Amino acid sequence: MKKIILFFTILFIGIFAFIFLTQNQSTTPKKESLVIKGSDTEVQLVSNLVEAFLEKNPGADISVTGGGSGVGIAALLNGEIDLANSSRKMEDKELEQAKNKGLEIQEFILARDGLSIIVHPENPIQQLLIDQIAKIYKGEITNWKEVGGKDEKVILYGRQSTSGTYVFFRNFVVQEDYSPEMLNMEGNQAIVDAVKADKNGIGYVGVGYVKDENNQPRSDIKIIPVAQDEKSEAVSPLNSEAVKQGKYPIARPIFQYLPHLPQKNSLLERFLRFEMSEQGQEIIKKAGFFSINEEDEQKNQQFLKNIK
Amino acid sequence: MNFKKNVHFSENLPRLIFGATAALTILSLISIFLFLLISGVGAFKEIGIKEFFLGTNWNPTSFHTPSWGIFSLIAGTLIISILALFIALPFGLSIAIYLSEIASPKMREMLKPLIEMIASIPSVVLGLLGLLFLAPLIAKIFHLSNGLNALTASILVAIAALPTIASICEDTLSSVSLRFREASLALGTTKWTTIKKVVIPAAGSGLVAAIMLGLGRIIGETMIVLMVAGNSRAFPHSFLDPVRPMTANIAIEIKEVVVGSLHWQGLFAIGLTLFLITFVINLLADILVHRRHSYEN
Repeated sequence: MKKIILFFTILFIGIFAFIFLTQNQSTTPKKESLVIKGSDTEVQLVSNLVEAFLEKNPGADISVTGGGSGVGIAALLNGEIDLANSSRKMEDKELEQAKNKGLEIQEFILARDGLSIIVHPENPIQQLLIDQIAKIYKGEITNWKEVGGKDEKVILYGRQSTSGTYVFFRNFVVQEDYSPEMLNMEGNQAIVDAVKADKNGIGYVGVGYVKDENNQPRSDIKIIPVAQDEKSEAVSPLNSEAVKQGKYPIARPIFQYLPHLPQKNSLLERFLRFEMSEQGQEIIKKAGFFSINEEDEQKNQQFLKNIK
Repeated sequence: MNFKKNVHFSENLPRLIFGATAALTILSLISIFLFLLISGVGAFKEIGIKEFFLGTNWNPTSFHTPSWGIFSLIAGTLIISILALFIALPFGLSIAIYLSEIASPKMREMLKPLIEMIASIPSVVLGLLGLLFLAPLIAKIFHLSNGLNALTASILVAIAALPTIASICEDTLSSVSLRFREASLALGTTKWTTIKKVVIPAAGSGLVAAIMLGLGRIIGETMIVLMVAGNSRAFPHSFLDPVRPMTANIAIEIKEVVVGSLHWQGLFAIGLTLFLITFVINLLADILVHRRHSYEN
């Protein structure tokens, strides 16, 4: 008898707790919220932006997670998020899928990034041509001595196919499938960690990852200046003027994608405007990226004008 | 007056709950299998079974045309599994023999839970330790420039599978009837001969079952291989090459696929293959255990 009483007591407490909890949830006013997901290159930057934005707009609920541009875009297409960070442009195929799902994808340019080629500090290489980098990642150059280094096998470090950096670097630099020998790493930081431990390694990472917390270039890896071809001068991605003027050959815009035009004065619109504000651009520079150029800004303004 | 009703209730309720739980487990197994089958079968149709299993190039997001061969991935899984089994087996068996035949009961009571506690190390922690300590060590020993390869992954996966193998082997050895040992010792044999010629053969099929269960654990391991195996797509030629096992491939790519696309179906087809492999292994283990029980009876 006691057991039965105990059983029912627990059952009733459970039911009441359940009702109480669910009621409590529905009576609190609905907070404005944003779910942002995607590029690992952008995740730290966007988190910083969100943090500063929330200081001015307390009470909003914004979450930022990484996983890679492909992850963000897939989540956008699957209707799971409000904003996808992507370090590559959306592909036609993806735009078509979005159209079929009834989405009207909007593009926003967040910042510019100089993709950095990094090697171990003991590597004697002083500069590389775009063509040499492509051949290294295609697997046509497999020994460092072919580009003026030691007689050692080149160990390739790259990102996983979920990464926008992986896709951008392949489409614009390698222009061919990566060598299957390439080691696929989880993120920018994993590539930095691997290259600093591997004397024969080479890697590519967003420029935000080659600087330390004081915004100085890291000493445990070597950033290789890159030249477009034999005639042009090799430029370092740390030279912000050169990147802005388009002299650094592996610079790219990094994007954010929206599933629809946001509503006027919605949290999303206010956040995008904040990103373009002076304070936003200051945070972008502090994170090691470069602010958008005039052309990018015009595109963004055009997009913001469409919000009604 | 109330008494009879009470007994009825307290007898039937647990029976109902346990019965329902057991049914639910079986139901979930069947529905997982059906889910994998339905989600993955489209890939076999579109890609073709031969290309899917025998192609050595898996690159669904290729710069040119996508390729869908999982043979390199299967090879990666096999290399790690076989190597890990070779590492875990001697250790697991030695531990089991020590615990069941040599150690004093007090020692056994203390050591067995400790060894089983290895199972409670999260695999992500093992992966991290591998990344920080084992990979550099392997690189140094074999004069490689990095240690992200099949061997490093195998050693860590072997550690993860060790408690399963050791613990179940020990159970099997301990369950060998005391009369066998007494009979052997009465013939004047040494303890070692008794272990070698009587206890281990008597426990034979049970030991194989333990190894099979360990193998199931090894093949399914994802986090460790994701972190330390290197994950390159090339077909592995030695155990010092980086490999991309099936589990790691699914974990990497499932995040970027659009639900319902061919790539998505392909990953489920890999999942189905993996499921069938572990299912067959577990089934064999089960059959062996049952055969052993029927011997004893």
